[in-house]
Amino acid sequence: MNDPIITIKGLNKTYEGGFQALTHIDLTIQRGEIFALLGPNGAGKTTLISVVCGLVNPTAGNVMVDGFDNITHYRQARERIGLVPQELTNEAFETVWNTVSFSRGLFGKAPNPAHIEKVLKSLALWDKRNNRLMTLSGGMKRRVLIAKALSHEPRILFLDEPTAGVDVELRREMWEVVRQLRDNGVTIILTTHYIEEAEEMADRIGVINRGELVLVEEKAALMSKLGSKQLTLNLHSPLTEIPANLQRFELSLAAEGFELIYTYDGSQEEDGHAISEFLTALEREGVTFKDLNTRQSSLEDIFVDLVKERA
Amino acid sequence: MNLHPVRAIYMAEMARTRRTLLQSIVSPVISTSLYFVVFGAAIGSRISEVNGVSYGAFIVPGLIMLMLLTQSVSNASFGIFFPKFSGSIYELLSAPISHLEIVIGYVGAAASKSILLGLIILATSNFFVPLEIAHPFWMLFFLVLTAVTFSLLGFIIGIWADGFDRLQLVPLLVITPLTFLGGSFYSIDMLPPFWQTITLANPVVYLVSGFRWSFYGISDVSLAASVGMITLFLVACLGTIGWIFRTGYRLKP
Repeated sequence: MNDPIITIKGLNKTYEGGFQALTHIDLTIQRGEIFALLGPNGAGKTTLISVVCGLVNPTAGNVMVDGFDNITHYRQARERIGLVPQELTNEAFETVWNTVSFSRGLFGKAPNPAHIEKVLKSLALWDKRNNRLMTLSGGMKRRVLIAKALSHEPRILFLDEPTAGVDVELRREMWEVVRQLRDNGVTIILTTHYIEEAEEMADRIGVINRGELVLVEEKAALMSKLGSKQLTLNLHSPLTEIPANLQRFELSLAAEGFELIYTYDGSQEEDGHAISEFLTALEREGVTFKDLNTRQSSLEDIFVDLVKERA
Repeated sequence: MNLHPVRAIYMAEMARTRRTLLQSIVSPVISTSLYFVVFGAAIGSRISEVNGVSYGAFIVPGLIMLMLLTQSVSNASFGIFFPKFSGSIYELLSAPISHLEIVIGYVGAAASKSILLGLIILATSNFFVPLEIAHPFWMLFFLVLTAVTFSLLGFIIGIWADGFDRLQLVPLLVITPLTFLGGSFYSIDMLPPFWQTITLANPVVYLVSGFRWSFYGISDVSLAASVGMITLFLVACLGTIGWIFRTGYRLKP
């Protein structure tokens, strides 16, 4: 797949006062993908999407949106983008219908009640269309922000921490909405510090830390490349120390010696060579076990490792 | 120019006026009517004519101008300040809309409200004093141009203000005193020569004078000076707004 919809080149942002929020960001977003931008608080995620959306002026570099420079051809670039901000910001006294219709007009589109109705129904807001925003729950307000962002039929949707502060059920609902949007051809870029979110939804993941894009990788490839695996054996008899002939394996003991944990590189394990060699060595030592399980490191483990490495 | 965003902003601002009818329309009309009762009927009856016009009628243009300036500034400043305050300005700044379209939407709505108010107060004043408008075209010209110019000033204040206190600062501490001292309730001929000269440095004198001339054909300064001053104001405000959008002052980091 090589059909870029957003191309960011050499992007730098230094705020007044000297704080460098972004350092030479190069990034390409492919059409139709879900891209998760992962990073701790203050890493530069919101600044990056703010520059793309035109909310923050870059210090250097340029952003092309579907072939249009986002500064010199801001109209063409911006009409393709919908933005759902992190904060629940809206006009408290407006009704759901009015605020979503306003957004459509603001983005230069002629009124289209049928489309607004479709958007509100898809987000389960239709029954609330005449309610004032101040009367809605936090989850519904966030859905209204998504409806506003979708009101002008954007091809790209930025979701800045879409599930921050929402409960598990609503988070899953949001994920479903995002998947539906992607199925309808919308490219999704979401920022999150919930690893689970990126792991659940993203096609590709970018990790940003201290304003630098640490890596960009297909999610599956990232997990296979960087993810280590652990084999845990529940022993019949406890061990007090690792037998000398097993020292060459990366082993540790847990549960007062009843658990033997073998950590190995999952990416090198396509032929199962490391495990069979370890099990053979274990048999030779007369170590027996009654149960076993394996675990692949999660994106969270990978992320923590990456951020630690760069700290 | 894309008219959809202009219409969206304009209609949203006008809808706010409809939602807050008491504060937006009724309140200024009542307070201006009180001026008529106090200055026009109670005190005015003891004051002789000014330049051949009864005092009650004389103060009508000044009162309309007082309301026009304060309402234009506060309508426009609140219109752009509130999205900044609530955070919803992100939508405006990320929309495919030009600076000119933003200004036309917000300033157009603020000026429309002020003009509407001015006309309502003009009609109301007819209940208190006999009115005549010698130059209706010029009256509308001054009404519209002043409303637009001071709405532009309000827009600037709304972007500059970083809190509700600052939002009120300019209308209360600058606009109102200048209007009161700008000949709204008197002709500057009535001042001692020294103060007449000082008063000429007050730009509102030129607006009130021109507006009063359109009613009664009497003025403190020449019509050309009045038109020149309001045009100068307009250009200065447009220039400042152009600079704000070019630099992103208080809008974009």
